[in-house]
Parts: sequence; C-alpha cells; structure tokens
Amino acid sequence: MKIAVAIKQVPLRDSPLKAAASGLWIDEAGLSYEINEPDAYALEEALQLREKHGGEVIVVCAGPERAGQSIREALAKGADRALHVRDELAGLDTLGVARLLAAALKAEAPDLILTGLQSDDLGYGQTGVVLAELLGLPHSTIIMRVEVNGASVRVKRELEDGWFQHIEMPLPAVLTIQSGLNKLRYATLMGIKKAKTKEVKVLTAAELGGLTPATAVIEKIYAPHKTKQAQIFEGDAKTAATQLVEKLKFEARVL
Amino acid sequence: MSVLVILERHRMAGEALAAGREFAAALGVPLAAAEQPEAAYTADGYTAAYEALIREKNPTLVLFAHTYQTRDYAPKLATRFGKTLISDVIAARFDGAGPIFVRQLFQGKFNADVRAAGSGPHFVSVQAGAWRAAPTEDGSIEKFTPSVDAAASRQKAEAPFRESARAVDLTQAPIIVSVGRGIQEQSNIPVVEKLAAALGAELAASRPICDAGWLPMERQVGSSGQTVAPKLYVAVGISGAIQHLVGMKGSKVIVAINKDPHAPIFEAADYGIVGDLFEVVPALVEAIGKAKG
Repeated sequence: MKIAVAIKQVPLRDSPLKAAASGLWIDEAGLSYEINEPDAYALEEALQLREKHGGEVIVVCAGPERAGQSIREALAKGADRALHVRDELAGLDTLGVARLLAAALKAEAPDLILTGLQSDDLGYGQTGVVLAELLGLPHSTIIMRVEVNGASVRVKRELEDGWFQHIEMPLPAVLTIQSGLNKLRYATLMGIKKAKTKEVKVLTAAELGGLTPATAVIEKIYAPHKTKQAQIFEGDAKTAATQLVEKLKFEARVL
Repeated sequence: MSVLVILERHRMAGEALAAGREFAAALGVPLAAAEQPEAAYTADGYTAAYEALIREKNPTLVLFAHTYQTRDYAPKLATRFGKTLISDVIAARFDGAGPIFVRQLFQGKFNADVRAAGSGPHFVSVQAGAWRAAPTEDGSIEKFTPSVDAAASRQKAEAPFRESARAVDLTQAPIIVSVGRGIQEQSNIPVVEKLAAALGAELAASRPICDAGWLPMERQVGSSGQTVAPKLYVAVGISGAIQHLVGMKGSKVIVAINKDPHAPIFEAADYGIVGDLFEVVPALVEAIGKAKG
C-alpha cells in the first residue's frame, strides 16, 4: 500500500523563543528545528504499516528550505521518498497550507494519509481533517491503533476521560495520530547514508494552485498577560524550599 | 445574522453558550443554538447535518466548545465554507473591522491575536475553562436540532468503551504531586515518589510520562486524562502545555518547580521555584519533614 505522511518542521522543544520585531511570528534567528513530535509518531506508524503490508511511505512537508533537513531525517528513518512544498508560506492559515498539501498528494493518490494530531507551534490541530475534506476522503482523529484490513481500515480513536471507540472506514482515508501510540525509532547510520540518495521532489506553491489568503490572520503575537502572579522563590534549593514550605503552611494553609 | 452555538452533550456546552452570549452582545446580533442530534456521532454525518443548518440560518459566527468531538469534524465543516476554524480560543475583542480572537501558540508560551478575515460565517472553538458556563436550559434562546443521515457516513462507529475500571481516582485526592518531562528518565521517578510520600499525596503525571510507560495511564492529568481540583497541586518538571493545564487549573493552590522561568506552568501557579528539580525536590522533602515534625 501507498502511505503518505504529512510532517511539519517546528522549533526544537524547549528552545528559548522570543517574538520577532514585526510581532507577527517568533524570531527565527539561531533556532534549531525538528519534526513536530506528533508527526514523528505518524511517520513511525506509517513505517510499521509498511513493514506489515508492504508498499511505500511518502513524506510530504510544506516549509521553507530549512524544512529539507527534517525531510532528510524522515527519509533516514526509513521513508522511501518525499514531496517538499518549498515556498514562502508565512501568513498562510491551516486551510491555505492544507490546500497545497492536498494538491501535492492528489497526483500520488495514496491509500492512507497519516499526520500528527496537532503542531507544537500553531497548534490548530486541523491539518489532517482539512486535508481529508479537500481530497474528498473519510477521516478519523486522535488515533491510538491502526488495523488495515484489505480495502478498509479499523482504528481505535481516543475520546475524553479515558474512553475509546472503534471506527471503520473505507480506504483511501486520512488519520491523525495520537502521540505515544508507538515507540519512535532512531535513524541508523545506514539510514542516514541512504537518505542522501532518496528522491525529494520540490514543488512550489504556484505549481500547486497558488497561495490563498488566510481567513484566520495573525495580527500580533505576545507573551501571555499574567492573570495570576506566582510568588517565585529563587536562590539555592534549600532556601527556596524552606521559604515555599513556610508559605504553604502559614499563608496557603495547605500543609 | 446571528451567533450560532453548537451545543454538544458535554460538560463544556455551557461555556460555549456563555462565549456565544458575549459575542452576540458585542456584535449586536441574536444568539441561537443548535442542539446535538439524537443520532450517534460520525464526522461525515454531523458535518453534513450542521452544514445544512448553517446554510439555512446563515449565522455570522459558529461557536463550538473545543472538545475531542469538535476537533474531529469542525475543521471539515469550516473547510466547506472556505474558512479555517479558529480553534481553542481563550478570549475575544471586537472592533470596527470585525472580531479578533486570542489563542495560544507554542504550547502556551505566546498568545496570538487572530482576526477572522472576510465575511461570515466564521468558525471558532473555545478552550475549556476560558468562559464561565451559562445554563443551557435557557428558554430565551432560539434552538434548532439538525437532522443526520447516518447511512451516508463513511465512518462506521462502534460503541465507546473504557479499557478497564479506573483503579486510581485522582479526583478525590486532596494533594497531588505531578511529574513531567523534566524528570528525564524512568529511573528518576523515585525522586518525586519521595515528595508525594512526604506530602501524603497521590502521584500523577503529564501525558508524555504515561505515554512512555513510566507511570500508568490512569495517573495522567489533562485533557485526555483526569481533570482534578485538589487543595494542593505540585507540578514538578511540567512545562504546562494547554492539554495539561485544562486538567488541573481548578486546583486551589498550585506549586510549580521548573528550570525554565518562562514555562507556561508559572502562569497558572500560585508559588514557584525556578531551579533544577533534582536539587529542589530533595530539599523540599527535607523542609516538609521539618515543618511536619
């Protein structure tokens, strides 16, 4: 089967972030990047499905030139080839990006499209669902298990408060994958070497129908206003701990 | 022209309604609500049902609670109207050029003002706990119930189930010590176990810790785990992603211990220590022992 995985490149977890002078996005100078963690789980699931059912795994990623590094990482982990929608995409909203991804995937006609349930940067949590609608495919979200049975797929979907549900739908379909459903693999040295020779097809927005103006427009980003002022204890651990316990005992009265 | 609130059978329905009331007043338009259909949920079925209702009523704004069900179909519905769902919103402002919604970026490290551009309907979902719930049994609001063609759905859904009876009920614990990625390794878990023991607390965790199998899933606090409100919640090495915060921000007193002074957990905390948890937690265990002894 042909499995496509949509991945996004995001700043390395716990990077120190500050707003850019424009106020429209973060200052990207000096940042390192990685594959959005939920997407890494989607990639792993795709690789495991290929090991079971055969076929190929195609990575699709929209982002500037630097995203090529995350694409190589996905190839090093075992994806067969990649589509890179390489363009200036700043200011696009989810629908705008999903339109480009959908156009890139249409020609590939995959049996299954996987992606993470949300991105660690924008966090809209909708790209997979929008992609399904644009491609006219059924979908399901926050998936904990994937079983492919011939022409259909049965999934375990996570609900709230510890509930789950099984859903069956025909292929081709789109699934958004919950983090933690599998164990991520590392790229092997051999994988890294092989990745260099794998095909990365570069596509521009113009080739994919062009850019659509955003309907959700970021006008400004800023540090959250403090609604609650925490009392912070600093200094050496012992002093801070003693001060905290005093407060918990005599001010908050919870000890 | 109206604000249409989608009332899911969910504890957050009243919060969406409260947000809807605020937005309707600000826009000077009537408030209406759509009840959840009787037919069981499928993404295809509900999308088609709400699409027909929205085309008929032509609201300015369609409002959802940001639940798992909303996440499953609302983006699809918004796409049918050429819109991006402005999801997980925590506040809103209105000016001459239309509504501006505030939502979090980078797991709560930033807020963003997001303008809903162009003409309506706009699609917005509100975050758990961002609005104080209004009663949904309100006769003054016009209510509709969309009809679902269940046979047309490509998704065939089975009945929801639970893996096993929950052995740990964190909701009853008066004190909780909760651990996150900062603990680094499974072999470090005893560091926080000692703190829990000193406080007489239940041990809990953020999602990544349970995903990794370092603590059982039934000890997870957050949107996909348990929602707790103890008298004391001590977050150790938890950065405070939105998904975690919604599960614990109702706690009476929140203490955060984290090495990153900019971690969003400090926004929710009453008391905090910025420092290395491997130094701070043992010092805390000792100080608690002294205070209690």
